[in-house]
Amino acid sequence: MIEINALSKNFGKLKVLNNVHLTCNKGECIALIGPNGCGKTTLIKSILGMVIPTGGTIKFQGNFITTNHAYRNHIGYMPQIGRYPDNMTIGQIIEMVKEIRKSDSFLDEDLMQAFDLKNLINKRMSTLSGGTTQKVSAILAFLFNPDVLILDEPTAGLDPLASELLKEKIILEKKKGKLILITSHLLSELDDLITQIIFMQDGTVKFHKTVEDLKLTTGEERISKAIAKILKEQKQ
Amino acid sequence: MNRIIKFIVLDILKNKIVLVYTLILAILSWSVFSLEDNSTKGLLTLLNVILLIVPLVSVVFSAIYIYNSSEFIELLLSQPIKRAKIWRSLFLGLSLSLLLSFFIGCGIPILFYAPINVGIMMLMVGLFTTLVFVSIAFFSSIMTRDKAKGIGIAIMLWLFFGLLFDGLVLFLLFQLSDYPIEKMMVAITAFNPIDLARILILLHLDVSAMMGYTGAIFKDFFGTTLGISVAFFILFLWVLIPFWISLIKFKKKDL
Repeated sequence: MIEINALSKNFGKLKVLNNVHLTCNKGECIALIGPNGCGKTTLIKSILGMVIPTGGTIKFQGNFITTNHAYRNHIGYMPQIGRYPDNMTIGQIIEMVKEIRKSDSFLDEDLMQAFDLKNLINKRMSTLSGGTTQKVSAILAFLFNPDVLILDEPTAGLDPLASELLKEKIILEKKKGKLILITSHLLSELDDLITQIIFMQDGTVKFHKTVEDLKLTTGEERISKAIAKILKEQKQ
Repeated sequence: MNRIIKFIVLDILKNKIVLVYTLILAILSWSVFSLEDNSTKGLLTLLNVILLIVPLVSVVFSAIYIYNSSEFIELLLSQPIKRAKIWRSLFLGLSLSLLLSFFIGCGIPILFYAPINVGIMMLMVGLFTTLVFVSIAFFSSIMTRDKAKGIGIAIMLWLFFGLLFDGLVLFLLFQLSDYPIEKMMVAITAFNPIDLARILILLHLDVSAMMGYTGAIFKDFFGTTLGISVAFFILFLWVLIPFWISLIKFKKKDL
């Protein structure tokens, strides 16, 4: 579904992405992990076309993303820090995005109900807490029933109840056969979600493995321990 | 595209500044015209107001608005919309609202009191000046991510075109007064949209005593129909080029 070929991105002299090759397919639930500043968000933003790569190509369903903006119809994106126009209310933002997408297909308002935002609908974005803003981001990402979900640190800032609700929703969408890309630092949270792991460091992909493979080679039961083991081995 | 423009125009109208701007322009225009018994005199007074206030408000308001829209732009970018469309819609939304306020504030009194050639010309010039400075605001705000710097650049450009440029031209004229530089001066005017606008009006008002030094020389050129067409074409380029440069930069910008 998404093919990334020799992608690189420089911010000035800093090489944020360096020759990244990746292929992501339908039905996979991929965790994108790595230390801070390893290029996870830049990679995601490149896929979304928000960051223009210095080199390399990205294909979405076989088409280059640079030539066709309509592919974003199939992507739901939840940013790490959602930034929204201050003087619009939650309701207005959702209405606006709906109008812009002019999607006739069925709207997925599960999260809207789960998070119980109905009584906050007339609140301005500037008055919202970080967690509530995250909830709005999550609602927008899932709203149009997209084929691909890209979630950048989805549970950061959410309370335990909300993050549990979100996780349930992610599992539900995964069962529908969607491609889900998650970045997170909380490895323990990913255990029952993901099927594949991409580990990035200094702008390159260190490994891209299925969870079973990872567990088998390291002999560990939990993802977090398996990753820790690999990292230790690499250092030696 | 209409949807995004609609959101932007509504947002700008909600932000009361444009309404206040309209009101100020209206008060100025109506009072100028009712104080002077001669509408030509009224136009002349109004000209100086238009050539100072309109560019200033257009450039500063637009620049601030563009910076404040960064969240809005980011939100739209993750939606299936072309980058160029977002930027163009922002330009059209801002231009439409400012053109509308100029038309209501100044245009209506002008059409009411001075529905003559000069009046129409003044209206056109005012509308074009608005567009030019919205375009310049887009140019200056794409140059830097720093809001203070971007707005600073916008104000500097306004100062340059509104005040400094004339001084420089005057200086040139005195320094090179021994040479036949009149033709070159016509070309130099093209580099300042405000001067261009001023000359266009002054030549139609036939008040050479009130003319700036730059204006006096060009009667021959700008008096003709060809001259006027060329002047408007150059004003049009002034709208197009800064915005076009900003559009190219915006397409490559990382957000």
